[in-house]
Amino acid sequence: MNALSNPLLEVDRLAVEFRTRGGTVRALENVSLALAEGETVGLVGESGSGKSVLSFAAMGIQDAAARITAGAIRFAGQDLLAKKGAAMKALRGREMAMIFQNPRVALNPIRQVGRQIEDVLARHTDLLPAARRARAIECLAEVRIPDPERRYAAYPFELSGGMCQRVMIAIALACKPRLLIADEPTTGLDVTTQAAIMRLVRELSAERRMATLLITHDLGMAREYCDRIAVMHAGHIVEVGPTEALFAAPRHPYTERLIAATPVGAASLAELAAIDGNLPDLRRADLPACRFAERCPRRGAECERPLALAPAGASSATHLIACHRPLTAAATEARHAAFA
Amino acid sequence: MIQAILKRLLGAVPAIIGVVIVTFVLTRALPGDPAAYFAGPAGSTEAIEEIRVKLGLDRSLPEQFVSYVGDLVRGDWGNSLTTGQPVLAEIADRLPASLELTLVGLLLAVVVAIPLGVLAATRPGSWIDHLCRGITTAGVSLPTFFTGLLLAYVFYFLLGWAPSPLGRLDPYATAPDFVTGFYLIDSLIAGDLETFASAAKQLILPAITLALFVLAPLARMTRASMLGVLSADFIRTARASGLRPTTVLFTYAFRNALLPVLTTLGMVFSFLLGSNVLVEKVFAWPGIGSFAIEALVASDYAPVQGFVLAMALLYVLLNLLIDVAYGLVDPRARLEA
Amino acid sequence: MSATPSAATTATPVAATQSGAVALWWRNLCYVFGENPLSAIAAGLFVFFILLAALGPWLVPYDPLASHVGDPLSPPSAAHWFGTDALGRDILSRVVIATRLDLGIAVAAVALSFVVGGLMGAFAGYFGGWFDRISTRVSDTIMAFPLFVLAMGIVAAMGNTVANIVLATAIINLPFYLRVARAEVRVRRDAGFVEAARLAGNGELRVLFHHLIPNILPPMMVQISLNMGWAILNAAGLSFIGLGVRPPEAEWGIMVAEGAQYIVSGEWWIALFPGLVLMLAVFCFNLLGDSLRDLIDPRRRT
Repeated sequence: MNALSNPLLEVDRLAVEFRTRGGTVRALENVSLALAEGETVGLVGESGSGKSVLSFAAMGIQDAAARITAGAIRFAGQDLLAKKGAAMKALRGREMAMIFQNPRVALNPIRQVGRQIEDVLARHTDLLPAARRARAIECLAEVRIPDPERRYAAYPFELSGGMCQRVMIAIALACKPRLLIADEPTTGLDVTTQAAIMRLVRELSAERRMATLLITHDLGMAREYCDRIAVMHAGHIVEVGPTEALFAAPRHPYTERLIAATPVGAASLAELAAIDGNLPDLRRADLPACRFAERCPRRGAECERPLALAPAGASSATHLIACHRPLTAAATEARHAAFA
Repeated sequence: MIQAILKRLLGAVPAIIGVVIVTFVLTRALPGDPAAYFAGPAGSTEAIEEIRVKLGLDRSLPEQFVSYVGDLVRGDWGNSLTTGQPVLAEIADRLPASLELTLVGLLLAVVVAIPLGVLAATRPGSWIDHLCRGITTAGVSLPTFFTGLLLAYVFYFLLGWAPSPLGRLDPYATAPDFVTGFYLIDSLIAGDLETFASAAKQLILPAITLALFVLAPLARMTRASMLGVLSADFIRTARASGLRPTTVLFTYAFRNALLPVLTTLGMVFSFLLGSNVLVEKVFAWPGIGSFAIEALVASDYAPVQGFVLAMALLYVLLNLLIDVAYGLVDPRARLEA
Repeated sequence: MSATPSAATTATPVAATQSGAVALWWRNLCYVFGENPLSAIAAGLFVFFILLAALGPWLVPYDPLASHVGDPLSPPSAAHWFGTDALGRDILSRVVIATRLDLGIAVAAVALSFVVGGLMGAFAGYFGGWFDRISTRVSDTIMAFPLFVLAMGIVAAMGNTVANIVLATAIINLPFYLRVARAEVRVRRDAGFVEAARLAGNGELRVLFHHLIPNILPPMMVQISLNMGWAILNAAGLSFIGLGVRPPEAEWGIMVAEGAQYIVSGEWWIALFPGLVLMLAVFCFNLLGDSLRDLIDPRRRT
C-alpha cells in the first residue's frame, strides 16, 4: 500500500465508527498511513475530518463509543489492535507518546509538574525514587526549561502556556519513545511561542531519530516542519505526498482548495479562497464514495465509483491520491508558480 | 500554609459579624414587648418599666448591640427560664451529643456516597449508575423525621434489632467519664466495651437517618464531578502516557473530583445541622436540638437564640475547616488565600 | 476536534421561527420523557397533587377535624382507608385536606423568594456598586447559618404563625434566587442584544425589565422547581417540631409528629400515611425539577 519498506507505524485500511444516539458516525474509512523512523509526517485537514480520531486510535485511547470495524494498526511490526489492554498501556508513554493542544488544561492542575513526569517514569522504568526525581529534572532541562530544579515543584497554573507545553513534551519524551504524535501542539499558544515549541519538537525528533506525526490544520506549519503530508477530508485520506511535491502540484481538488484557502499559498488576503460547503454529515447512510464529491467543482459521473488511494502518476510512487478526476500536475504547477 | 490558614480565619470574621447581627435582630424582634413578656401577665406598668431598664431596652439600638456583644463575649448568653441554668453552660453540656451524632452521620454518608458516586461515574449506564441516580433523587426527598420514625418502627418495633429510640444510652448503662463528651470515644478511653456497645446501638439508627438524607447530595456531586474530570484533557494525557488505571482514577481523577465535593460539603453541613434537630426530636437525643425544641415549646427564647447562635458559629467553623482542607488539596486555592 | 458528537449538540439547528422553536421544545420534551420515564410519572403525580389541593374538600369522605368519626387508633379498614388517629379522626381525610396547606406554604414561600430574590439579584447584577455589595453581603450572611436552624430562629422570634413559616422559608431560600439572578444578569449585561436595546434609546430600567429579566426566567424556573421540594420539606419540618401550624389543623408534618409517639407501640398508620404522602410530594417536585433542568438546560444534565 505505502511506499515505505519498513515503517515504524503502519495504519492499514482502518475504519472507525461511533455509535451515537443520532446514528452511526463513520468517522474513518479505509484510512492508510505509514511513518518511518526519523520521519515527520503532517496530517492536515479541517476540524472534524478525523485527524484526532486517527491518532487516538493509534494510541489506543479512543472514546468508549468508538469501534474499530476494519483494518489494522501495526507498530514496529506488532499488531496493536490484537494487544490486550495491559500490553497496550505498557507501550503507551514508553514506545509511543502523544502531546495535545491547550497544554494548560492538558496537565493535571493540582499535581507538581515534576511529579507528573515521575508518574510516567514510575510506570515505565525501574528507577528508584531518588533517581526518578533526578531524571524528571533532567527531562525538564531537555525541553529547555530554565531552572528545572525549581520548576520541578511548580503547578501548571504557575507556568505559561509555552512552559506547560514544554512540560507536556517532557512527559511524552521521558521514556524516549520512538514515535511522537503531536495533536495540534501549538493551538492555544501565542505566535512566538508556537515557533519555539515547533523548533523544540523538530530538534528533539532529529536528535532521537523519533518518528513524528504532526496533526494540524495549519498548512504553513505542516509545510515548514514535515517531510511528508497526508490530507484528510471527512474521514478519508485524500492525498499523501512529499511536502514539496504536494504543495507544488496538489492533485486532489480538495488539497488544491485547502492550499488556496491558506495564507501560505495566496499572495494577499483577497486571494484566499473559501472552500464551498461543509463536511458531509458522517451519519448519513448514503455517503458518496468520494466524500468530497458534493463540494467538488470537478465532480463527474465517475465520482460515484468506489475509490482508493493510488499513485498519482507513473513517475511518483510516493505521491498518492484518492480521486477519479485529479488535477493535472502541469496545471497546478503553473498556477502555483504564479504565486511564488 | 500557616499564613494561608490565618488569612482564612480572618475571612470568617465578616460571617461571624453577620451572624451576631442577625441573632441580635432576632432577639429584639421577639413577639410583643420583651419586657412585658419577662414581667409576666401580672406585671404592672412600673414592673415592666423596671425590667425594660434592667434589660437595657431603654437605650439606643447601637448601645444595646454593644452590650449584647459584650455579654456574648463574656459568655453571658442569658438564662433558660425552664431550667434556670445559664444557656451557654446548657449548650456546652449538650453539644457533644449533637456533634457525635452529626459526625457519625456524616462519616456514614461519606463512606457510602463517595464510592457510590465514583463507581457510578466510571460505569455510566450500568446498574450501579442507575442505583446512584435513584438514591440521589429519592434521598433528597426523604423527610428526615419520617425516615427516622420508619427506621425506629422497623428495627425497634418489628424486628427488635435496635434498642428503644430514647437517648444516647440504654437506661441501665451509665455514661462514661467525661473526656471528649463523645460516648463512643470516652467509653473506649475508659476501656468499657459494654458502654461502648450500648452507645453504638443507640447511635446507629439516628446516624443512619441523618446519613440517608445527606448521602444524596454527596453522591450526586461525586458522580457529576468525577464524570466531568474523567472527560478532562489531563486525564487523556495521563491515559496517553500509559499510566495504570488505578493511578489515573485515584491520583489524577479522584483528587481533582474531590474539590467540588469539598465545596458541596458546606451545603451538606447546613442540611446536616438542620436535620439534626429533627432527628434529635425523633430519637429523644439529648443534644442541643432537643434543648432548643423544648425551649421553643415553652416559649423560652434565650435558649433558642443561644442555640441559633451556637449552630451558626459551629457552621462557620466547619466551613473554615472545609476551606483549609480545600487549600490542602488545591494549590491554586493556597495561592489565592 | 474530537469527532464524538455528543448527544446534546447533535440536534440540527432549527430556524428561529415560532413553529421551529415549538417543534424543538416538543422534541426535547419527548426526549426527556422518553429518556427518563420517571419524568412522566412525576408530571402525573404533579397533576394529582394539584387536583388534591384544589378539590380536597369535595373529595374527602369525612370531616378532617371531626373526632370520633371512627374508633380511636383503628388500623386501616374499608371505612377508613388510612385508619384513624388517637382522637378517632379519619387520617385519609386529614392527609387529603393537608395538601392545600402544605403546598400553599411552599408555593407562597417560593414565590416570595423568587420575586424578592430575583429582583434583588437582577438589580445587583445589572447595576453593581453598593447595592450589589449589600445584597451579596445579606445573602452571604443568610448562608452563614444552617438554613433550617435560621428558619427556626426566625419563626421563634417573629411569632409562631403560618405566615411566619412562609416568611422564614422565603428568607432561607432567598440567597439561591439572588445568586442565580445576579449571575445570569451579569453574563448577559454586556451581550450584543442588550447593547443594541440600549443604543436604541431604551432606559436602563427598561432594558433590565424588558430585555434581561425575560431572558433569565428559564434558569430561574429551574431554580424554582428544584427549590419547591425543599421548601415543602422545610415547612413540614418546622411544623413537625411544633412551629407554625397548630393542632388540630391538618398538616403533614404535624400529623407525623402526632403519630410519632404511637410508632413505638406499633400504631404505624398514623405517621406513615402523612409521611408517605409528604415524601411523594417532595419526590414529585424534585423529579420535575430535574426534568425541567434537562429540558431548559441540557448541558447540565447529570
